[in-house]
Amino acid sequence: MTHPALSVHLKQDRDTFALDVSFDAPSGLTVLFGASGSGKTSVIDAVAGLGTSATGQVAVGDQVLMDTARKIHLPPHKRRLGYIFQDDRLFPHLSVARNLDYARWITRQPKDQKAFDRVVEMLGIGSLLPRRPARLSGGEKQRVAIGRALLARPKLILADEPLSALDDARKAEILPYFERLRDESDVPILYVTHAATEVARLATTVVALAAGRVIRQGTAAEVLGDPSFTPGGLRDIGAVIEAQVLTHHADGLTELDAGGLPLLLPQVVRSVGDKLRLRIAAQDVILSKTRPEGMSALNILPGTIADIQTSDGPGAVVSLDTAAGRVLARVTKRSAQAMGLQPGGSIFAVVKSVAVAPGDVGTASR
Amino acid sequence: MTGWLGPQEWQAVALSLKVAFWATVFSLPLAILVSHALARWDFPGKQAVNGLVHLPLILPPVVTGYLLLLMFGANGPGGRVLETLGMGIAFRWTGAALAAAIMGFPLMVRAIRLSIEAVDQRLEQAAATLGASRLSVFATVTLPLALPGILTGTILGFAKAMGEFGATITFVSNIPGQTQTLPSAIYSFLQVPGGETEAMRLVIVSIFVAMAALILSEVFARRIANRMAGA
Repeated sequence: MTHPALSVHLKQDRDTFALDVSFDAPSGLTVLFGASGSGKTSVIDAVAGLGTSATGQVAVGDQVLMDTARKIHLPPHKRRLGYIFQDDRLFPHLSVARNLDYARWITRQPKDQKAFDRVVEMLGIGSLLPRRPARLSGGEKQRVAIGRALLARPKLILADEPLSALDDARKAEILPYFERLRDESDVPILYVTHAATEVARLATTVVALAAGRVIRQGTAAEVLGDPSFTPGGLRDIGAVIEAQVLTHHADGLTELDAGGLPLLLPQVVRSVGDKLRLRIAAQDVILSKTRPEGMSALNILPGTIADIQTSDGPGAVVSLDTAAGRVLARVTKRSAQAMGLQPGGSIFAVVKSVAVAPGDVGTASR
Repeated sequence: MTGWLGPQEWQAVALSLKVAFWATVFSLPLAILVSHALARWDFPGKQAVNGLVHLPLILPPVVTGYLLLLMFGANGPGGRVLETLGMGIAFRWTGAALAAAIMGFPLMVRAIRLSIEAVDQRLEQAAATLGASRLSVFATVTLPLALPGILTGTILGFAKAMGEFGATITFVSNIPGQTQTLPSAIYSFLQVPGGETEAMRLVIVSIFVAMAALILSEVFARRIANRMAGA
């Protein structure tokens, strides 16, 4: 029998909050996605062994971390974790070098200078080694915290909203490290966030939580491409498509190939041939019944209407199947009616090239 | 210095330093353990332990000394055991050290407990996720971060031990060369006509020792603070 990379089945009953979360995830990066109060932190703390009141089973591969029925409850220090917290939690009395080396030192492992140097180089923190955490910027601290977790040689990496304390520039600086972790290591990652952009860029698997329950599970494209799934409200929805870098044009635009359709984006700093994930926010998509001409927008995706979702408000979300994949568009009910939009009808999605924010461009996972 | 102080005064100063030193050395580990228990653990009878630790602070010192005498005097249960082991403490300097340790203990615990409570438990959790057992977390995170408070507690305990009078004189009396500590000596000199000069010299020594301890702890505390700030 093969085990899922990560298996979590948890129950918790408290007066104010009931948790009943159950999922198995393949290797790669699993995002626990949900609003605050949805139970994300309770789940990750139970997986880490920091919260003791939840019951059930947690296993990483064939290693059981917790099984209430079998009276197994490994203490946190025996779980072989690399936990990256929302706040960096670096030890203020130790230098950066000793923070990085802490897990090895405390578990009396022999020194592995190569592994140390590799992590230091990957995170670009070589110049920080002799400093104390108090002298680091927020982004530097979080990079050191990532390094400290990696150097624990974990069997499971946990990340609890690791970017939420950082500004956008710092977020953009840290995100690629998680992409590399996902793509270059075999260690499963459980990543908690409430930001759809992080889900779009990072998730191999998305587990969406609401009120202590799993409401959706699937790939980023499946979950974010589902118009009925609006955890952050209608403003926040947007489909995820995959594309490959074709050419960099002299005028600063990068041409991508998305399932045979050309897409133009302001310069994407990637090599030709690289695969990317793009998130196209539903509110940045305009629909047209005929192929638009004489328009400033560069990206036009022909497709078929798969579904139209309406709610109590004035808005509607139209799902389109294009050669590039599922795309969502947010329009008003009124224009949906005026245009006579129907499932099965052919349609053109107009995406302004600038509408794909650089923060939403990420590398595709394997 | 021995020239400036008379032999009896010198004896009293040396004895007080010895008593305070050993009282501090022996009570510090226990104070750290009790502080950690009170700050971090949940166990039945926690309030009782807390009360017991603080009792010497509120009881008249004479009462504490008398209770010690009842327990560890020649006829007390503890005293008889120690006596058969050849380790009797009543009317010996070791008894003075015990009295001083007990009187200083609540002061130590108060300071150390506060500093342990101030240590961010999230850092302790982080250490645990990195593979540190509870004991390792305590030794490598809690203890170093609580160091300023431990230092303060140590200085307070030492100063209290240097100055303890009521419990000491009740328990081990006031025998020059054996149990006459600095405060008991000052008291004795003030009882005899013309002893004010000697008493004043000892008062100056007391002030000097107290100031030295305070300055020393201040220097250490500043060094620790600087280190944390990354200087």
